[in-house]
Amino acid sequence: MIPAAFEYYRPQDMAGVLAILGEHGDDARVMAGGHSLIPMMKLRMADVPHLIDLQDVGGMSDIVVGADEIRIGAMVTQADIIDNTELRSAAPILREAALQIADPQVRYMGTVGGNVASGDPGNDMPGLMQCLNTRFTLIGADGEREVDAREFYEAAYMTTREDDEVLTAVIIPTPAGGYAYEKQKRKIGDYATAAAAVQIIKDGDTCTSAAIAMTNLSDTPIYSEAAGAALVGTSVDDAALAAATAAMLNDIDPSEDNRGPIAFKKHVAAVILRRAITRAWSRA
Amino acid sequence: MKDEVISRDDRVANLKGMGCSRKRVEDARFTQGKGNYVDDIKLDGMLFGDFVRSPYAHARIKGINAEEALKIPGVLAVLTAEDLAPLGLHWMPTLAGDKQMVLADGKVLFQGQEVAFVVAEDRYAAADGIELVEVDYEELPVIVDPFESLKSDVVLREDLDPNADGAHGPRKHPNHIFTWEAGDKEPTEEVIANADIVAEESMYYHRTHPCPLETCGSVALMDKVNGKLTLWGTFQAPHAIRTIVSLISGIEEHNIRVISPDIGGGFGNKVGAYPGYVCSVVASIVTGRPVKWIEDRMDNLMTTAFARDYWMKGKISATKEGKITGLQCHVTADHGGFDACADPTKFPAGFMNICTGSYDIPTAYLEVDGVYTNKAPGGVSYRCSFRVTEAVYFIERMIEVLAIKLNMDSAELRRINFIKKEQFPYKAALGWEYDSGDYHTAWDKALKTVDYDGLRAEQAQRVEDFKAGKTRKLMGIGLSFFTEIVGAGPVKNCDILGLGMFDSCEIRIHPTGSAIARLGTISQGQGHATTFAQILASEIGLPADSITIEEGDTDTAPYGLGTYGSRSTPVAGAATAMAGRKIRAKAQMIAAYLLEVHDNDVEFDVDRFVVKGAPERFKTMKEIAFAAYNQAIPGLEPGLEAVSYYDPPNMTYPFGAYVCVMDIDVDTGVPEIRRFYALDDCGTRINPMIIEGQVHGGLTEALAVALGQEIAYDDMGNCKTGTLMDFFLPTAWEVPNYETDFTVTPSPHHPIGAKGVGESPHVGGVPCFSNAVQDAFRPFGNTHTNMPHDHWRIWKTANGLGLHD
Ligand SMILES: Cc1cc2nc3c(=O)[nH]c(=O)nc-3n(C[C@H](O)[C@H](O)[C@H](O)COP(=O)(O)OP(=O)(O)OC[C@H]3O[C@@H](n4cnc5c(N)ncnc54)[C@H](O)[C@@H]3O)c2cc1C
Repeated sequence: MIPAAFEYYRPQDMAGVLAILGEHGDDARVMAGGHSLIPMMKLRMADVPHLIDLQDVGGMSDIVVGADEIRIGAMVTQADIIDNTELRSAAPILREAALQIADPQVRYMGTVGGNVASGDPGNDMPGLMQCLNTRFTLIGADGEREVDAREFYEAAYMTTREDDEVLTAVIIPTPAGGYAYEKQKRKIGDYATAAAAVQIIKDGDTCTSAAIAMTNLSDTPIYSEAAGAALVGTSVDDAALAAATAAMLNDIDPSEDNRGPIAFKKHVAAVILRRAITRAWSRA
Repeated sequence: MKDEVISRDDRVANLKGMGCSRKRVEDARFTQGKGNYVDDIKLDGMLFGDFVRSPYAHARIKGINAEEALKIPGVLAVLTAEDLAPLGLHWMPTLAGDKQMVLADGKVLFQGQEVAFVVAEDRYAAADGIELVEVDYEELPVIVDPFESLKSDVVLREDLDPNADGAHGPRKHPNHIFTWEAGDKEPTEEVIANADIVAEESMYYHRTHPCPLETCGSVALMDKVNGKLTLWGTFQAPHAIRTIVSLISGIEEHNIRVISPDIGGGFGNKVGAYPGYVCSVVASIVTGRPVKWIEDRMDNLMTTAFARDYWMKGKISATKEGKITGLQCHVTADHGGFDACADPTKFPAGFMNICTGSYDIPTAYLEVDGVYTNKAPGGVSYRCSFRVTEAVYFIERMIEVLAIKLNMDSAELRRINFIKKEQFPYKAALGWEYDSGDYHTAWDKALKTVDYDGLRAEQAQRVEDFKAGKTRKLMGIGLSFFTEIVGAGPVKNCDILGLGMFDSCEIRIHPTGSAIARLGTISQGQGHATTFAQILASEIGLPADSITIEEGDTDTAPYGLGTYGSRSTPVAGAATAMAGRKIRAKAQMIAAYLLEVHDNDVEFDVDRFVVKGAPERFKTMKEIAFAAYNQAIPGLEPGLEAVSYYDPPNMTYPFGAYVCVMDIDVDTGVPEIRRFYALDDCGTRINPMIIEGQVHGGLTEALAVALGQEIAYDDMGNCKTGTLMDFFLPTAWEVPNYETDFTVTPSPHHPIGAKGVGESPHVGGVPCFSNAVQDAFRPFGNTHTNMPHDHWRIWKTANGLGLHD
């Protein structure tokens, strides 16, 4: 488990990062917390001749909770999310999810930017961000642009981010209503067997809005619009739960691995989603 | 004298001897990161070697081209079987009487097999070199199923004469290794054929791995000036390794020094000899420089010794009242590509013939067939004495299956079949003589403590609630009662490579009343430096804090067979007590001389010899130690030293009663351990705190194995569990709170009555966790499902029983 030789860079600003990316194209990669990238390099599954460490760049470590939107810098760690009290009240689902990621050691290093940018279908934040209808801010040689999280993921490790772009922040419309992040895993430090992010709004006894995204049940996170739609206008009764889980099952496409065969994963996905919706509804 | 004001109780306490929860003396260095492990060893000019490994499970090697690799700066050599052949080192003997390729000799038999050894200035250059060694493989048909292997035309071991006997007798097929039997076949078959009740079950005890936190490794230094080879390594048996190295290399044994420094866990994984050890030695001979080899985690999980992989078929018969009359067991044992089990020579299936368990079973028969497949070699005793975990799992499952057939409570079925206290020493149907036990007392204590009847009532209510749709969680009560067989062992029937399995202790008392004792064993975390000093403190009356325990250096320690199979306390612990008694005997003569009385007129009292009937006249052991070095005592040599080599008259038989209470989410397959109670009887208790620590550790590894830890292969022989992402190593989060308890039934033949405890909790724990899962489903018709009970397999059981409909 020794990576191939690489050049290490530690630029002091974004211009420096973009210059190196421009020079080396897809031979260069940025590194945030390194907790996805370094293992891949050690297994020699990622070949990165030029490694650009983002730690000294600055300007990407803030959490700003505004009236309508929350802006989280790409270098904010999962531990930062867990500790931030403003965030805890503005978007409690972020903390609930972050606490279910890996273990404390990993969470001190792993960043929001790295988690959403890497395109690993096992990562929890991409689905979470899709549920929250987040926008990602990317910067490249041609300037800045925003991409919807729901449009960002193409396939495992494939996103709409260009090789020479850096993700600088995620912008989350301040969520409303009830929430739940439910995850089944084999042990601490494991990726999900199935996970569900649910954000739901209740008016009287009726659901007026619901967003649902699933993790590690396809080669990308799955935002299931149909599952959310199945709840809207209902009192989230048994029939609505059944309709929502059925819709979700239509959208996911799990594959067999050591966690179990497809039938099991689908069953668990449905159970997990049911529980997440029920919990979110109880909090709405 | 100041001493006189100290009470006798205080003098006992000052010794920190037997029975004291003395803090572990090792922990100061371990908790401060000051341990000294093999990978901490850095020598001037040291090189690093690493393996090119086979990506295929079965392939012929048509050629190896190292040209490009040798161009990498820092890569000095690439060794292949061709380079080792002239030295006769391209193969090595295994502990099981087979031989194993050091480097692939024309073919590979498992994924990850060692093909070439790249020697470089550092591990980075070695890793780059490995990438560039080109190996031309021709893939061969892969066999991962032992039953298929015995039918296949594909011969895995082409190096063996298919018609010749193996190390353990005739072979039935080119892929067959041995048949091993115990007990009486016909009488057992007859008893079972005529029995009132017969229960049958087939079970697979899956392949898993000891996975010590520190992986295996070695550093070899061949000093060409003085002709001495020094070999540091992760060796659970350093002396045996020295002898093996001498036998296979031709270097005279006095010119070899083997050192086991601190070892970060072994659990059986570090008993055998590995190609890396041999290659580091050869590379040092070739280069004249020290050479280090250290496995990474994937190497460790995929290539060094696995455990279990036993396919067991059983029949158990009983009267209508539940009295067991006979037991039959057949095992198909998957040994992988080479038979590299680490068992005493005459026991190719280890002590699997302890499988009658804790029960008085009059007739039994066991037959084990060893088979080659395209998997990694091994078959070590992972935190158990040789194959005892398999044996205890087998019988504790058979008891449950029989209870179902009898429609009887399995706690009661155990109770009516236990060997009775007055039957010890008890001669079991499969040959062993159990030294001592009081199973009924332990069982009753366990059931009472957990309120067994209350638990069963709660479970019955839960089943009703489940059926009524009020809950989706089932409750399982796991029971197990185990008898271990540890302390291998009597030289008359236990040897490894012809070396009798005695052990040893050598003591030197220093003039000022402190001491050093050296043993033939080696701690891997068991706390030997703490407990052995306590045994000695009580035997020789010097404080444990004044006694240094040293192990692992073959130049200084007396010969011993090492640490595994819970043998250290039963064998080396006995040697320690016996050597201590020799010290005491001489001390008695010195004391008598100093006190000017006859030898028989003084007696030992805690830390001194006193004149019988005149307690104010005494000499402390400290005073006696000094006298040994400064007085000319007629008829006595100066000094105070002793050596003991202890050949145990029998094994010891620790036992225990465990109960696990589990809640199982039927929909997700997630088990939750609500309670775990463990009563252990390991005979005399030396350090209760260390015992508790050992119990916690063993139970945690039992939980791992029962609930998810496995080495799994796909049909192509690819190992699917080569990293800790997929290989389940529990963390504090997954581990329940353990309640520990004990009874004390000393071993009648051991000098201090101790039996060994490090492995009991694993042996008893695995069936207990498994039985809890299976018991939860018993009310719905489950008789048996195989481990590991990970989420999806539990879910599958629920699904198969229609609980999701
Ligand atoms: C044992 C273990 C268990 C884990 N379990 C979980 C889990 O359960 N759930 C979970 O969600 N995650 C899990 N992770 C992943 C962890 O959370 C990672 O840290 C995280 O996914 C990636 O963050 P990072 O900062 O370490 O990214 P890095 O490893 O530094 O980068 C990952 C990838 O993203 C790219 N990248 C990083 N930052 C940027 C940026 N700003 N712009 C563009 N590209 C960027 C890198 O080039 C790289 O390709 C686990 C990790 C480990 C080691």
